Amino acid sequence: MSQVYHLTTPLSNEVVSSLKSGDIVYLSGIIYTARDAAHKRLVDLLDEGKELPFDINGAIIYFVGPTPPKPGDPIGSAGPTTSYRMDSYSPRLIAEGLKGMIGKGKRNKEVIDACQKHKAIYFGATGGAGALLGKKIKSAEIVAYEELGPEAIRKLEVVDFPVTVINDSYGQDLYQMGRAQYEVK
Amino acid sequence: MREIAYEEIVKTVRDIIVYSACNLPKDALDAMKAAYENEKSPVSKEVLKQLLENANIASSESRPLCQDTGLAVFFVKVGADVRVVGGLLKDAINEGTEKGYKEGYLRASTCEPFSRANLKDKVGYNLPAIIHFDIVEGDKIDIEYAAKGGGSENVSRARVFPPAAGKEGVIKFVKECISDAGPNPCPPLTVGVGIGGTFEKAVISSKHALFRNIGSVNEDPEMAELEETIKTELNKLGIGTMGMGGTQTVLAVHIEANPCHIASLPVSVNVQCHSSRHTHIVI
Repeated sequence: MSQVYHLTTPLSNEVVSSLKSGDIVYLSGIIYTARDAAHKRLVDLLDEGKELPFDINGAIIYFVGPTPPKPGDPIGSAGPTTSYRMDSYSPRLIAEGLKGMIGKGKRNKEVIDACQKHKAIYFGATGGAGALLGKKIKSAEIVAYEELGPEAIRKLEVVDFPVTVINDSYGQDLYQMGRAQYEVK
Repeated sequence: MREIAYEEIVKTVRDIIVYSACNLPKDALDAMKAAYENEKSPVSKEVLKQLLENANIASSESRPLCQDTGLAVFFVKVGADVRVVGGLLKDAINEGTEKGYKEGYLRASTCEPFSRANLKDKVGYNLPAIIHFDIVEGDKIDIEYAAKGGGSENVSRARVFPPAAGKEGVIKFVKECISDAGPNPCPPLTVGVGIGGTFEKAVISSKHALFRNIGSVNEDPEMAELEETIKTELNKLGIGTMGMGGTQTVLAVHIEANPCHIASLPVSVNVQCHSSRHTHIVI
């Protein structure tokens, strides 16, 4: 049966181990945004032996390219983008200490395996709920790659940001489990 | 010959873009409410509830429904007895698109195919718009607009079958497409199916099929029946809202069929996420 948790970032191995596919989590604290272009740059930095623009230990990366903020707002609409485009980069970041990713849609075997091997979680946020999710973000600050526009890396402060555990650290996949339950052969 | 001012087109396009980004049209909202009522999975039901709440926040606070405010796609029917004064119709639509995306604080998502450089400064903010023109009788300009997101475009497919594939081949092709897509295109979906024509005619028809109101019935009884058959098949997949598992995977299947070559059966599947932001206006 799925559990409901309220968690604060960064995530520890102990917390990651307690989460199971299907659990609902309300996240508070700091999370970082990155999409395709930013992921490529992060992995390039690691290849060159350089430091990343933020501390990746226990960190959560949110796959999002928000709309521009209206005057007075920290951020615009900010729902998840489709995650598979980050599949070729995520295992490397997980090996470096990344503990959580937030996106939507399927991940490949390499990512699911990396989550199991290094203890990390792939969370799903509701795609197309950008207005609702944007309101859970209390502050946003660009920390790297401003020239990438919506794809720049932003440091977000979130309060009770709603996500669901899709892939846990035991190799489980909520998409497969959910579909198997309702598929009519 | 009726005359319409260039500036009127710019303003109309700007206004429908800003409005559509924050207000789910009634047909889509009603379909989502019905999906919420009918869904058997508690997890999918919860996500549908979140999406209905999102639509409410977006509309009441004028916030974009989704951060992917799409590429601007237009189907424009120009009456033979009307002309635009002060500039070209195509330029007016592009100018209105840029104004709408900029002034509505929407995302500029157009980029170069390989460098991925954003085109907002080089070409224009979220330009160019994708425009399909047709010339018809009358003195009006009929504009259908949709903001088309990337996630659902990415799972769309087209193929030219041999005629022997028939209806069974079409059903199988659509089912494979939606099954492989799983959670990625943000279900519950509207599925546009273009059948017949040439290769590109099928693709454009599958796009145009998405502009039809959800819940409307196909005028061709044979296609109306095929739409229901495909919808039933797709809902057996069990994908559910956002892929969480469930009974409501598609809201509707819309078919546009065309005469085709004796050697070919072209089929195109264009997928629309639950955030079906489309509108229709006649000037």
